[in-house]
Amino acid sequence: MTVAKPLPHDAATLHVTGAARYVDDIPTPADTLHLAFGQSTIAHGTVTAMDLSAIRAAPDVVAVLIAEDLPGANDVSPSAHDEPLLATGEVHYVGQPLFIVIARSHLAARRAARMGKIVYDERAAILSLDDALAANNRFEDGPRIYRRGDPDHAMGLAAQTLGGAIEIGGQEHFYLEGQSALALPQEGGDMVVHSSSQHPTEIQHKVAEALNIPMHAVRVEVRRMGGGFGGKESQGNALAVACAVAAQKTGRPCKMRYDRDDDFMITGKRHDFRITYRAGLDDQGRIIALDLTQLCRCGWAQDLSLPVADRAMLHADNAYWLPNVRITSHRLKTNTQSATAFRGFGGPQGMVGIERVLDHIAHQLGQDPLETRRQNFYGATGNGLTTPYGMEVRDFILPDLIDRLVETSDYTARRAQIADWNADHPVLKKGIALTPVKFGISFTLTHLNQAGALVHIYQDGSVHLNHGGTEMGQGLFQKVAQVAADRFGLETSAIKITATDTGKVPNTSATAASSGSDLNGMAVKVACDTIRDRIAAHLAELHQTTPDQVQFADAQVIIGDHAIPWAEAVQTAYMARISLSATGFYKTPDIVWDRIKGQGRPFYYFAYGAAVTEVVIDTLTGENRILRTDILHDAGASLNPALDIGQVEGGYVQGAGWLTMEELVWDDKGALKTHAPSTYKIPACSDQPEIFNVALWDQANREETIYRSKAVGEPPLMLGISAFLALSDAIAACGPGYPALDAPATPERILDAVNRVRL
Amino acid sequence: MTIEINNQPYDLPDDARISLLDFMRERLELFGSKKGCNQGACGACTVLVDGERILSCLALAAQYDGRSVTTIEGVANGDELHPLQALFVENEGMQCGYCTPGQIMSGIALKSELERGAPSNVSADLTVAPRMSRDEIKERLSGNLCRCGAHNGIIDAVAAYVGGEEQ
Repeated sequence: MTVAKPLPHDAATLHVTGAARYVDDIPTPADTLHLAFGQSTIAHGTVTAMDLSAIRAAPDVVAVLIAEDLPGANDVSPSAHDEPLLATGEVHYVGQPLFIVIARSHLAARRAARMGKIVYDERAAILSLDDALAANNRFEDGPRIYRRGDPDHAMGLAAQTLGGAIEIGGQEHFYLEGQSALALPQEGGDMVVHSSSQHPTEIQHKVAEALNIPMHAVRVEVRRMGGGFGGKESQGNALAVACAVAAQKTGRPCKMRYDRDDDFMITGKRHDFRITYRAGLDDQGRIIALDLTQLCRCGWAQDLSLPVADRAMLHADNAYWLPNVRITSHRLKTNTQSATAFRGFGGPQGMVGIERVLDHIAHQLGQDPLETRRQNFYGATGNGLTTPYGMEVRDFILPDLIDRLVETSDYTARRAQIADWNADHPVLKKGIALTPVKFGISFTLTHLNQAGALVHIYQDGSVHLNHGGTEMGQGLFQKVAQVAADRFGLETSAIKITATDTGKVPNTSATAASSGSDLNGMAVKVACDTIRDRIAAHLAELHQTTPDQVQFADAQVIIGDHAIPWAEAVQTAYMARISLSATGFYKTPDIVWDRIKGQGRPFYYFAYGAAVTEVVIDTLTGENRILRTDILHDAGASLNPALDIGQVEGGYVQGAGWLTMEELVWDDKGALKTHAPSTYKIPACSDQPEIFNVALWDQANREETIYRSKAVGEPPLMLGISAFLALSDAIAACGPGYPALDAPATPERILDAVNRVRL
Repeated sequence: MTIEINNQPYDLPDDARISLLDFMRERLELFGSKKGCNQGACGACTVLVDGERILSCLALAAQYDGRSVTTIEGVANGDELHPLQALFVENEGMQCGYCTPGQIMSGIALKSELERGAPSNVSADLTVAPRMSRDEIKERLSGNLCRCGAHNGIIDAVAAYVGGEEQ
């Protein structure tokens, strides 16, 4: 068995020797040209004149392209065709690409891109949620509303009510490898594109539209990304299309790599939200009515904002039974970068909202927040098991999982110790929080839940593996190779992992929604089993037995009491003219979803987890530190526990970073001021908790996923909510008021909240 | 004007403005050192100059006339990994791998910094050589960003390397 083994990342040796190639590391032909975008310096207005003569005259500049020069569609949107590659008169945000500079070097292109003389007729920009709401500047005709029961009536019956609001900031992906693309023109007008993209098929699609050629004339290859996190689901389109257009125009290879500041200024980030709430409680503190409003700042173009905002609504319950609930979602349009996919895809914001409500209730009732959570869980005494959108929660393992975590983390005793410690320490205060995660797995756009694979076995028995998923560090390629190796009874070293390639597997979905292993693992299994069945049938016939007597294990094929080496079995099959190549296809069963009504089963299953975080704050400065983290996370029957634990640790760190230190600041003109690592702080080694215990909840998925594993990419990000609520708990130790902490909980915000609770 | 990179002599570029990182990546096709931010804040381009770590994106190649540079391509002994490279594999000290070359170069350098008693921001006493501790390692790696959150494996790998020979 190669599955369930804690094997290292498939490219580990390449990574430690510096030999792993990313797009920017592919040696390019000597005549390769380099691209840079000229960008808007205002947030909203019309370009009345564009004098690019100085650019054309600049050293090493070969050409400048504006919208009118484009041969095909001027669009890089993944959805609504509302996102031109180059602005056509109107500009919508600071950083928006206006023109493309093509030059002999990267530096020459960037230098020249600053030399344009652009005259604007500037108009008022809509920047904030309040501006957009007041102007009714939004996507879709009005808010989406999901409702169950009668929240207004139930609110009237409540023993007590409470309300509040929370601001939740966005997040820059800060993939260490910035966006990049390389286009290589081929004979007959064909184009090959290397792109740092989670979605090669969409790159192919957008390049074909832009060049006005069929998709079969474009081949896109992605070996790996230096991090994606959702930021390379749609945001790579602009670079790939620009390179392809420039390559077609010039007949030369064209490459584009965003400088880090440009990457911050041009590309979308996680959506920031404001969530307001009013909850009605029964006399035991259970939620009997909840009215939630989610304001979502989408930026200037639609991009993936509708499904992101939908997923925020679908996680507004997290783990809690809400008998009477209304969730109202406003998708607001602003003159800022077009917010995009980011690990969790709206789920984290929705979950922060409801966890805030639970925290607030516990504070008002003077309860241990864990007790408040337990009595509101799905399936707790008197509670139902149906989500507000009508999906049954069939495997609600959180009560057991949390019992185990409470025990291993010593939560109860530590909570008491912290209270004692705080009583003796007037300046430093500690806090602790345990928060659960229940995250829905499947693309909510149902048709995306499909995947393909291509497997070849060569005459010598070596195996070539390909599928539609992309590798961004999550270990997908290794997990899927483990599946292939297991089907053939081989070691993973016998399996050649190959770059994602639209010429091998077509019409793929983005590697997103945590679906990589679920979908591609199944498609590969299907392909492998097809070939395996052919070999088995042939060998069974030769040995006068039935195919079910043929087994594949330990690099051998065993036919009854006869065993032959794998390579010999393959050679025998080849000589008998058995096809040793197959495609595989998989589509997730049983999912149905009506996003307008908000009804159905959008998810095949849920992934669960819980985290306990302990923090300390300095009440004089707001400075803070995570002291200890304990996590228990559900990856089903893990395909690879080492890689899965890496995902859990990394997800937690990224989630905690989002909610505690990563702050995006736009000025009143709509310019992003935190556009580099010097001003945008992500977690470093020095921010790691002193104690960091991570374990997997080892229980098979109740649904028939690949080897009964569960998706693990996004769910752990939301474990970071425990760090945020631990800070809130520490602040609450400073006075009687409720902290009502906003995110990110920067030292400034913490200090403000400390002063607030003391009043 | 020549520079030695991984024991190979190279002529320095005519253009004195080219950074050491660009010189290596664009002229010599040494792609192991990565360009994460190109402004000295992420650590992905870390290399050693005569054993000391520097950020090659902030250094001009011409500054290093006559000096000896070691990059990630130069630390293994043929097919035999450097001990810290092997520890990164063993400890899962990576996910996407983009920061890995810089982490390893920093790890190699910080061991010699500790050995010669150079203090860091978290060293309690500046009058004596700092004691090897996990806090010292975390602090000394904090200039090498990892966005995937593989910090635990990175710290474990470097701690095993730094502590290894002393025990």
